[in-house]
Amino acid sequence: MIELLSEARCTGCNLCVRACPTNVFEAREGDIPVIARADDCQTCFMCELYCPADALYVSPFAERHVEADEQALTKNETLGTYARNMGWKGAKPHGADKDPTFRFRALQRGE
Amino acid sequence: MLVDKGACGTSGATASANTGVWLVPPDAESRTRAIDARHAQSGGLARKELMANVLETTLQQLSRLAEWGFPFPTDDSGLQYRANLRGADYMAFMRAQLRRAKVTILDHSPAQELLLDDGAVVGVRGYRLQQESAYSVHASAVVLASGGVAFLSKTLGCDVNTGDGLLMAVEAGAELSGMEFSAQYGICPAYSSVTKGLPYFWATFTDEAGRVLEGEPNRMLLVARALQDGPVYAVLDKANPEVQRWLRDGQPNCFLPHDRLGVDPFSQRFPVTLRCEGTVRGTGGIRLTHDDGRTRVPGLYAAGDAASREGLTGAASGGGAPNAAWAISSGSWAGHAAALFARAQPQRNDDRALRGAGVVGLSPSGETGRVSARDLIEIARAEVLPLHKNLFRTRERLTASLVQLDSAWRAASAHLHATGRARVRAREATALLATARFAYRSALARDESRGLHRRLDRPELDPQSTHHYATSGLEEVQVRPYHYTSQGASP
Repeated sequence: MIELLSEARCTGCNLCVRACPTNVFEAREGDIPVIARADDCQTCFMCELYCPADALYVSPFAERHVEADEQALTKNETLGTYARNMGWKGAKPHGADKDPTFRFRALQRGE
Repeated sequence: MLVDKGACGTSGATASANTGVWLVPPDAESRTRAIDARHAQSGGLARKELMANVLETTLQQLSRLAEWGFPFPTDDSGLQYRANLRGADYMAFMRAQLRRAKVTILDHSPAQELLLDDGAVVGVRGYRLQQESAYSVHASAVVLASGGVAFLSKTLGCDVNTGDGLLMAVEAGAELSGMEFSAQYGICPAYSSVTKGLPYFWATFTDEAGRVLEGEPNRMLLVARALQDGPVYAVLDKANPEVQRWLRDGQPNCFLPHDRLGVDPFSQRFPVTLRCEGTVRGTGGIRLTHDDGRTRVPGLYAAGDAASREGLTGAASGGGAPNAAWAISSGSWAGHAAALFARAQPQRNDDRALRGAGVVGLSPSGETGRVSARDLIEIARAEVLPLHKNLFRTRERLTASLVQLDSAWRAASAHLHATGRARVRAREATALLATARFAYRSALARDESRGLHRRLDRPELDPQSTHHYATSGLEEVQVRPYHYTSQGASP
């Protein structure tokens, strides 16, 4: 579930508010958005892809809150890893042309 | 106009997936071989003519995607590999195409009921979550592409898939079909949401004591049976270093849970569970009366997971690749047919007497406030998610579940009411109860085991039962057997 919206990193672009399928975030007038409905989070990690500032952290636990430690996540460079591993840049799709998944589709056939 | 319950481009099963697409070269021999192989898995319920049409349309539509500039990878022969789509990129790309075509997109705007005029669907009414305001759209035709139902199981990206479209279709007078083929589950690290099956091709599964689980080629069943006795673990120890690299590069979200917990899934075992994928990877949905996406209600069309895929995959799941091909082809057919239908409709005045088709969760028959949407959702989930009730079915347990579900439905019908944002949750509760009842009534009617529908008390396939089951009705659910008959009108 979503556990962190880093106030230090957030630029207030509100892309997460627009991208979240379950409307977890809420925009605020003249301020950065907040996590308003964490319990509605479906742990799909999409918000991390759409955050250009690497300010969001979705914990892998889908059904319980486990508080995130921003300092530790910053230190071990966890913030933004999903976007980096996908090859996305600045909240924009990149890297689908480098996707090697086709290499094992043949192995799956007949399943 | 496109209204999306979530956000168009990130919402639904595909955006967070990386899906194969059923794509076969156009020569007759390849096509016949592919169709025969799939048909053999369909329990006799698929139709080869439809399968051939899906293959042809999918090939054409993927070529269009390439023409529009989707960045497919290049294989070793230097050609684009188009039989795989990375979901987040694909859905973002499709959103951009909609914008380019000047389609108005309303995000975070769940449709809540269809509008009817003289028996025909003429629009939709819903709620804009971020504007906190109701909306209505008048349209000469509506295509429901609202996805299937995964019963809020937390299977990846599917909490928006609560069967809302199935409920709305039945309220408007449409039928569903194949709802008994709804018991599909995805393997997932026990605590997480990532139900992507691909890595488990290289997995060894063990029980608590470390004994290797064997003797069942279907991994879902292997894990399901063992979970009845205790925890199950997986380790991806069959992946060589090269495959490990491809998995990490190709499926980054599969490794987020492990990396964030400091587990090396290639050498350390991790607990796994099964999450219900309902009709998202199952097969049932809105019954199309024609392959062009029509339902039996004038002006109402359905596509993708919202529509029954029995003609393509029969009683089987199909898995990601046929399901993606179905979304692509049924979507283009339904869009085309709906546009033709709309164009042929006379111009109507907007002051006509429109009737909202929705009832339960909107207009209670009794005193309001005695039931909560949350409680009703939990009742539906408690009957549909457990393996021993849904995956391993018996007449006795299905009947017992229906007692609970019918009782909850009556309570919802009498008392469920909410306004504003809370009404969205109330309609989700209504949709979950309705679709659970459709699934289990169909499962009782199909007195045999076939494909995804497994009845422990009827373990054999009945060679006579080559018909489909259509379901309809809300207060009383009706189930009727039928045989598909071609009504002309190929797409």
